[in-house]
Amino acid sequence: MTPLLELVDVRKKFGAVEALRGVSFALAPGEVLALLGDNGAGKSTLMKTITGIHRASAGRILFAGADLASHDPGQIRALGVEMIYQDLALARQQDVASNIFLGREPTRRFLGLPLHVIDRARIEREAEAMIRRLGARVPSVRYRVGDLSGGQQQSVAIARALTFAPKLVIMDEPTAALAVREVEHVLELVRELKRQGIAVILISHRLTDVFAVCDRAIVLRQGRTVADERVAETSMNTIVAHIVGAG
Amino acid sequence: MVPSEAGAVAAPRRGLSWRDLGGAIRLESLVVLVLLCLALSLLSPYFLSVANALNILLATSVIGILGFASTFVIASAGIDLSLGSVLGFGGVVGALAVNVLGLPWPFGIVLGLAAGAFCGLINGLLVALAGIPAFIVTLGMLGVARGAALVLTGGQPIYGLPAPLVWLGQGRPFGVPVPAILFLALAAVTHFLLSRTRFGKYALVIGDNENAARATGIHVARLRIGLYTLSGLLAGLAGLLFAARVNSGDPTAGISYELTAITAAILGGSNLFGGRASVVGTLIGALIMGVLQNGLNLLAVSSFYQQMAIGSVLVLAVWLDQWNRSRGRA
Ligand SMILES: Nc1ncnc2c1ncn2[C@@H]1O[C@H](COP(=O)(O)OP(=O)(O)O)[C@@H](O)[C@H]1O
Ligand SMILES: [Mg+2]
Repeated sequence: MTPLLELVDVRKKFGAVEALRGVSFALAPGEVLALLGDNGAGKSTLMKTITGIHRASAGRILFAGADLASHDPGQIRALGVEMIYQDLALARQQDVASNIFLGREPTRRFLGLPLHVIDRARIEREAEAMIRRLGARVPSVRYRVGDLSGGQQQSVAIARALTFAPKLVIMDEPTAALAVREVEHVLELVRELKRQGIAVILISHRLTDVFAVCDRAIVLRQGRTVADERVAETSMNTIVAHIVGAG
Repeated sequence: MVPSEAGAVAAPRRGLSWRDLGGAIRLESLVVLVLLCLALSLLSPYFLSVANALNILLATSVIGILGFASTFVIASAGIDLSLGSVLGFGGVVGALAVNVLGLPWPFGIVLGLAAGAFCGLINGLLVALAGIPAFIVTLGMLGVARGAALVLTGGQPIYGLPAPLVWLGQGRPFGVPVPAILFLALAAVTHFLLSRTRFGKYALVIGDNENAARATGIHVARLRIGLYTLSGLLAGLAGLLFAARVNSGDPTAGISYELTAITAAILGGSNLFGGRASVVGTLIGALIMGVLQNGLNLLAVSSFYQQMAIGSVLVLAVWLDQWNRSRGRA
């Protein structure tokens, strides 16, 4: 099976800091991959390089056959790559509906003129449907995101990632700030995405979560891949040893 | 997508929503405007009349248009301190084109607008691509554009514009001053742009969270360049109106007008730190400034005190806004 995503010797420098020193791996369609590593290992940097926020200093990133080097973040989203960022990347003074459709607002002609206005009614309708399908506890899509709780904001970020039929969903520590019940909800979501054949890359420090939902785990240390194992064939102790560098 | 707890989406709250008027209007500013008008009606027998209302609109038009310009830039968490200077530069270029170069009057308008837009474009390129803080870039342009206006004219006003241009500043179809009509028309157009189009929405989003904008594929740099160019274009237009009204291109026109324009936007409820802005709010803010100035004139208060009043209102407006938000109701 041809991989959905393929990274070949990806490197990233920030000035003198080498955040990524040659990362290679491939991801199959529908596969659920855990990306592990200590703080500062380069996990977020690697994912932001895939989504086009950062440009790789060297190496190649292929998604569904397309070389992402020449793509900007909007084009990469259009190919079907969505990311739920560690800081959620929400506009707090905009409402829920606007945040879900951020960067992809449907427009309509204004009074039949060649003027394109944002189709507010459609955005609210579809945002509400998405929130309902996710079973998220957001009181109204007209609420400002800044007025919502952390868990609700998380739901908005998730809804944004899932509204446009993604092929790959990247989650950067989505459960770090959540209550136990909400964590279970996110894990169930990952399982559901897998059932629908959507690939997931999950960054998490909670190994129990990783072992509960992931097929495979990759460990980064100081910008390098130090382990790439099938979850069913390894143990938490082995993974921990790789993360702290005792392996 | 995930079958779980039944969707408990409450009916959308409608209530006293100002969304249709731009969402960000501070009710307080409208109250202040009304109270100010009431007070002045009692204090001066000349205040409450159609003629004086038109005077206020006329006197507010130039400042108000600069206010609309600053609304867009402030929405994006930027600032344009060069508005007053670009106004002077635009007016001078327009006057030179018709008066010295002898071009037909439409060229005066086009070149005046282009001069303003050009200054804005330079601001935008420096902010968006060179990454210099907007405060510094536009402070620099404040000096450069003013200097250019003085150099081009040798420091002297260029008197005498063709009749169609003068009409733009002094005409009164049906008794209503042309600048007042243009002012209100521009309010409608810029309100539409800010509240209904992607351009306006993205201006607010990059002011709210630039990383979120970038992550969702919004072209942040391109948008910023557009915003500063729009700001310069509007300042150029304000400059042409100013020149038309006084029938001359004055290189010292519009000094410190950016102060009043920014004050109008903040008074109207725009967040100085970005993410929240409304043209209708700025319209109200500009009218507060205009009514205040008009009232002080009617009460024969010296214009030196008026400057002090404007400066104080700016600080007061920002302070009230911060106080409001610290109570958790931004
Ligand atoms: N924008 C940036 N500029 C400079 N250095 C950065 C930037 N982003 C990340 N880094 C550095 O890259 C390294 C990896 O960071 P990061 O990818 O955030 O790690 P992780 O997500 O695994 O905790 C760290 O040393 C961090 O300081
Ligand atoms: Mg991280």
